[in-house]
Amino acid sequence: MSTPTSSARPGPATATGAKEQVARLLTLVPYLHARGGVRLDEAARDLGVSERQLVKDLRVLFLCGLPGGYPDDLIDVDLDALVDPEGDRVIRVANADYLARPLRLSQTEATAIIVALRALRGGALTEQAAEVVDRALGKLEHAAADAAAPIEVPLEPDEREYAARKALLQRGVTEQRQLRLSYFVPTRDEESERIVDPRGVVSYRGVEYLDAYCHSAEAPRLFRLDRIRAATLLETPVVSAPEAPRSLAEGLFAPGEHLLTVTLRLEPTARWVTEYYPTQDAHQMADGSLQVDLQVADLRWLRRLLLRLAPYASVIAPAEVADDLRDAASAALRLYDQDA
Amino acid sequence: MAAAKTERLMNLLIMLLVQRGYVSRERIRELLYKDSSDDAFERMFERDKEELRSLGVPIETGGHDPLFEDEAGYRVSPDQFALPPIELTADEAAVIGLATKVWEHARLAEATTEAVRKLTAAGVDVDVAALDLVEPRLAAEEPSFDVFLEAVQERTAVRFDYRTSGGPDVSSRHVQPWGVVRFSGRWYVVGYDVDRADQRVFRLSRVVDDARKVGEPGSYQVPEGIDVRAIAKATLRPERAQEPAVLLVRGGAGHTLRRRAERVEPLAEGERRPDGGHWERLHLLSPPSDLADEILSHGTDVYVEEPAALRRTVIERLQGVS
Repeated sequence: MSTPTSSARPGPATATGAKEQVARLLTLVPYLHARGGVRLDEAARDLGVSERQLVKDLRVLFLCGLPGGYPDDLIDVDLDALVDPEGDRVIRVANADYLARPLRLSQTEATAIIVALRALRGGALTEQAAEVVDRALGKLEHAAADAAAPIEVPLEPDEREYAARKALLQRGVTEQRQLRLSYFVPTRDEESERIVDPRGVVSYRGVEYLDAYCHSAEAPRLFRLDRIRAATLLETPVVSAPEAPRSLAEGLFAPGEHLLTVTLRLEPTARWVTEYYPTQDAHQMADGSLQVDLQVADLRWLRRLLLRLAPYASVIAPAEVADDLRDAASAALRLYDQDA
Repeated sequence: MAAAKTERLMNLLIMLLVQRGYVSRERIRELLYKDSSDDAFERMFERDKEELRSLGVPIETGGHDPLFEDEAGYRVSPDQFALPPIELTADEAAVIGLATKVWEHARLAEATTEAVRKLTAAGVDVDVAALDLVEPRLAAEEPSFDVFLEAVQERTAVRFDYRTSGGPDVSSRHVQPWGVVRFSGRWYVVGYDVDRADQRVFRLSRVVDDARKVGEPGSYQVPEGIDVRAIAKATLRPERAQEPAVLLVRGGAGHTLRRRAERVEPLAEGERRPDGGHWERLHLLSPPSDLADEILSHGTDVYVEEPAALRRTVIERLQGVS
């Protein structure tokens, strides 16, 4: 699971500019005010800053205060306790009551935390849990004074079930315990039971897979999470040699696996295919259809897809695949012969 | 350098925060920018105000003091500046702790962490405790997500190129976004399409290249009573009439259909079958268009008995494969 970094920018906890330092100080002062003296290492951990940076920040704070410039006007920081080898390394700040409350949440902060809470609300499995999230959400919405943007993240029932299953699989990974899966294989239209040693949940193009050693296949396998119909966490520990989950950076197909490139012509009704499966070389045709190439590892899967799209997808090449589709359609049609 | 600037920004903030009334530019200059030329003062003071504002410090302008003709004054109201008091119980604080793990989007993950730091600073002890909930993850890999996020916050219109369906056809759009909705794992923006003069729902993954904000923030109002979630749901998953269907399914096949079936029964002795194999009868409810697709994907394993219209559709679609 990689974290997308669509707009990575260093936050106040790590950045070195004056603005970020001010942001840190505006959080640090109320933090200390609410707690009295706090040990340097503890404060660094709570605020996500290094101890070194924290001491630097405190040295600057020492120079700030009320206008006038008299010693009594300045914020008092017990720097000796922090830098003196004999010091007890406890941060004590005085004379800063006017900064006793943290700065209110920015609009982006309000949006980020409130939308995250709305998502958690959708994940509540019991009424009690939902009630706790609602209370927290209510208080946060009040504190943010309606600054959060209108972003809605309703969780559909199937998504909740999915999230619950994923949590269970991940527990299997962390606790190194075996799982029993009931898995649906669409190409074979069959549901099978298997015991697996989970290695990790990995994702490729937005689809998540459990990478696991499968005891039925006696080999590592990828299981699409949305095709796992049921999962049980077993008491038995994993027995296969531990291995990190595989990287799907190069795609789902193992190197060297035989792939067939199939050229399809899709009428508008069948165009959704290009949003669900990786297709290449799309050409718009004069008649409004779209010609695309699809990489296929399993011809049974392709046959089912093309039948589902019938007759809005046709096979341009190779000829064997076109023949196979025609045969499959004729065979299905023969079931209705006695109707005629 | 940074330390001196931090000191100046902090002192400016503290000065504006502790004064009861507005503080004049003259006084600010005298106390904080003593050694600067006129030009340097103007430049530095403007930039400093801007930096504090970008952190969220509400600097107000006003208060013409008769002693300083035409001189604008500045202040920061402590109530506007500070996070309102918030007290959380232990279980509520645990929920806040989980919130930091939800976003798989760098900027919003950091913003959540920052929000939690402020709550921590306000005295909340955030702890991660087990709660009876699954922890959803919100990723947003669509490149246009950030632009729409900013646009709905600021109420700024957006221009973008949009693919209507899987094909390469692209149309240019000018939209006033009302809200962003996640639906079944994908992000959508709901808003008013200015050129088409109607409300529309757009899937962010179909936005081509860069979306750009156009015009001033706050340049439109979201109409009263708009429920972006309801609009998205009505558009993306319209309620469709369910119709009963009766199918024959080959033994051991058609799992996706069996799961949805209301009833599965064996065929009676001597009943007519599509071919010599072992068949069972399924009764189910479904919108007819989806069902035809699914039946077709099963090839020779599924046979439609009723309704007649569904059977005709399946036969015609199979005949269309040539």
